[in-house]
Amino acid sequence: MHFDHVTLENGLTIIAETNPRAHSAAVGFFVRTGSRDETPEISGVSHFLEHMAFKGNGRFTADDVNRIFDEVGARYNASTSEETTLFYAAVIPEYVGRTFELLAALLYPSLRDDDFETEKQVILEEIGMYEDMPAYVANEHAMRTHFSGHPLGMSILGPAEVIRTLTSEQMRSYHRRRYCAGNITLAGTGRIELAELVEFARTHCGHWPGGTDDRDTARPPRAGGTQLVVRPQSQQQHVVMMAAGPPASSPLRFAAELVAIIIGDGQGSRLYWELVDPGHVESADLSFHDFDGCGAWVTYFCCRPDEAQANLARVREMYAAVMRDGVEDDELERAGNKAASRIVLQSERPIGRLSSLGANWVYRREYRSVRDDLQSIAAVTRDDIRQLLNEFPLPAETIVTVGPLEEFGGN
Amino acid sequence: MEQSGIRATQLPNGVVLVIEPMADVQSAALALQTPAGSIYEPDGCNGTSAVLSELLVRGAGDRDSRELATELDTLGIQRSESVGWNFITLSAALLSDHLPAALDLYADIVLRPHLPEDEVDPARTGIEQDLLSIEDEPQRKALLELRRRCYDSPWGLPPEGTLDDLPRVTHPVLTGHFRRCFRPNGTIMAVAGNVDPVAVERQIERLFADWRLVAVPDIVRGARGSRIDHIEHDSSQTHIAIAMPSVPYSHPDYYAAWAIGGVLGGGSSSRLFTEVRERRGLCYSVYANHNTLLTEGRLLVYAGTTAERAQETLDVTLRELQRLREGIGDDELDRCKARAKSALVMQQESTSSRASAIARDWFHLGRVVTLDEIHERIEELTVARLLDYLNEHPAHDLTVLTMGPEPLDIGE
Repeated sequence: MHFDHVTLENGLTIIAETNPRAHSAAVGFFVRTGSRDETPEISGVSHFLEHMAFKGNGRFTADDVNRIFDEVGARYNASTSEETTLFYAAVIPEYVGRTFELLAALLYPSLRDDDFETEKQVILEEIGMYEDMPAYVANEHAMRTHFSGHPLGMSILGPAEVIRTLTSEQMRSYHRRRYCAGNITLAGTGRIELAELVEFARTHCGHWPGGTDDRDTARPPRAGGTQLVVRPQSQQQHVVMMAAGPPASSPLRFAAELVAIIIGDGQGSRLYWELVDPGHVESADLSFHDFDGCGAWVTYFCCRPDEAQANLARVREMYAAVMRDGVEDDELERAGNKAASRIVLQSERPIGRLSSLGANWVYRREYRSVRDDLQSIAAVTRDDIRQLLNEFPLPAETIVTVGPLEEFGGN
Repeated sequence: MEQSGIRATQLPNGVVLVIEPMADVQSAALALQTPAGSIYEPDGCNGTSAVLSELLVRGAGDRDSRELATELDTLGIQRSESVGWNFITLSAALLSDHLPAALDLYADIVLRPHLPEDEVDPARTGIEQDLLSIEDEPQRKALLELRRRCYDSPWGLPPEGTLDDLPRVTHPVLTGHFRRCFRPNGTIMAVAGNVDPVAVERQIERLFADWRLVAVPDIVRGARGSRIDHIEHDSSQTHIAIAMPSVPYSHPDYYAAWAIGGVLGGGSSSRLFTEVRERRGLCYSVYANHNTLLTEGRLLVYAGTTAERAQETLDVTLRELQRLREGIGDDELDRCKARAKSALVMQQESTSSRASAIARDWFHLGRVVTLDEIHERIEELTVARLLDYLNEHPAHDLTVLTMGPEPLDIGE
């Protein structure tokens, strides 16, 4: 296993962690752009553009793109988050070259008008699909409320009314601004050498325009508040609570991962024993999300509407106890073991390794091996957790709920 | 394609142990399947298996619920307990050094669970909450309701359970189900990863040798739901689910049937994805896949679309189903083959995938299939074979379920 990196003349950064014993290779383009880099008039354009990437360029038609990825048996996809648009594929070694050519073509698509109008319908269907998922709706409203007045509050899919009026020219202009080579990191994992990747990139990405485009990473204002989305037809009540957490650059992020496991893992956590095990909720978890310049604690639970208020009280009481007494040594040890298993299991597949390799570089310009991560996890102490909780308390600043309830929250 | 030696052994009491050593990993995965799935549930008690799977880990051997969970967590085990039609499956993935300690714990869970009466209510409430959530997830609900209509009972019953049945899932029902179904004959244990197979075999023999045989319960075949149906649902999308009879995994034509599903709705160059999503923009989600029981199978198709465009989506989807017999391109089949072959290679990078694959092979075929053999079976498929299959099994006896604000015209 070895790592190396290189930057092309146009600013495209290439990183590779080679594992000659892997069966497959994974390749991904991490574009530093997402919903937080949009303005309200073009809200949803990053995600829409990710779809349009698959419509082809001057060389490949949309049918070619779908067909060739299937011909090489690639496991491939793209995703759009608040901060990153990722295009990736995993293939067996003999098809890496062909796959790379196609993957690179996705980043500079033709954006033809007729494709744009057809794909708009698909996006509107996707928005409709998520509208039928109350947990998703709760999460999106929570982000909007918690980050009110800050770009991280923008919806990833965008509001349907904005998507309907969006033009292909607006998308082209956004693409020109954000898809410059300096904003893109190319990462490879598994059975692939950096030299190979550099050669591919020189051929297929060398002509991309250089430059970078920055983003506003100002700390979000302390917004927060409570919001009810009343859905009488919903069987369950979905609740999302948010509070500020450490940013992606913070060394406290390892402690934050462990707190999320101790307090809010799907099994054996405090939320599990207090809420899930007794059957008060269908599920409950705490997760930690780190962004450029800020972070967030996100608590989610889903339960019968008539139990929601009591469950909110249970969560608040639990968080008050954590703030007062911290965590126990044996909890920390178990969380460390769980985190270590997860890191190892995920990294055994090149496609699983790709996201953490890419994220370390995109957010922190650093390479961290699996061993580095395991050591950082093992080094977290109760004092680190105390410091983390003092700086970033768990109790919620924002509470959003979706379901039949017409009243909720209060103190 | 290389593949290190898979070993299968059977204890005198019937427990099957399948082990696949994998040298290039640090992890190990366990899939422990006991024949206590939903098809063995007592009449009118759908959800018994689901509640039992929750109850199993609430104390075992000399550990109470909390101590057991704590020990599993201390080993860093990524675990899940899941229910299917045939089995309750206990899955674990962990660093392989911890496997022996994990096997000790799992032997207690399977052989000596406490199944405490005072934990029945919370376990059942957990399942009830899960069922209420399905009501809020129309795509999942549509596929589950399709199943009730395309398979005879009890194969059509959801392993997740049924809300109306839950109050009947009492402590005596649960312990009765445990006594009937937790048996060595019919249990399959699969281990894949960085393990010493001889050591694992010795430990499993020691842990499970005294497990006593139990007679295999009878299953009474009942009716299925109505073939064409609509469920009123206040959602922004209409969900369309279609099933067509197909062959099971053990059938000589399985790979042909699987490839036909792939041509129809398997990748993003499949016919449904191309016609329904790419050309017409009717859907975000549309796909087909093959579903198999022991002796029968189904081709399942799903599409979710806004209510106004649902009729067109249904019409296009049904037309594509019928049109398959008119011809399939070599290129279409080649793409299916490529996807299958690369999936086989990538499976070798995941201990969990291998553990569940070898367990599944044993259940359906009574033997372990090497990746080489699957590779060969896929390689030998031809378009002529696929078309023969379609002529022998024309699209008939379709089950069509729609769910949304308005019923659709099925056109029969």
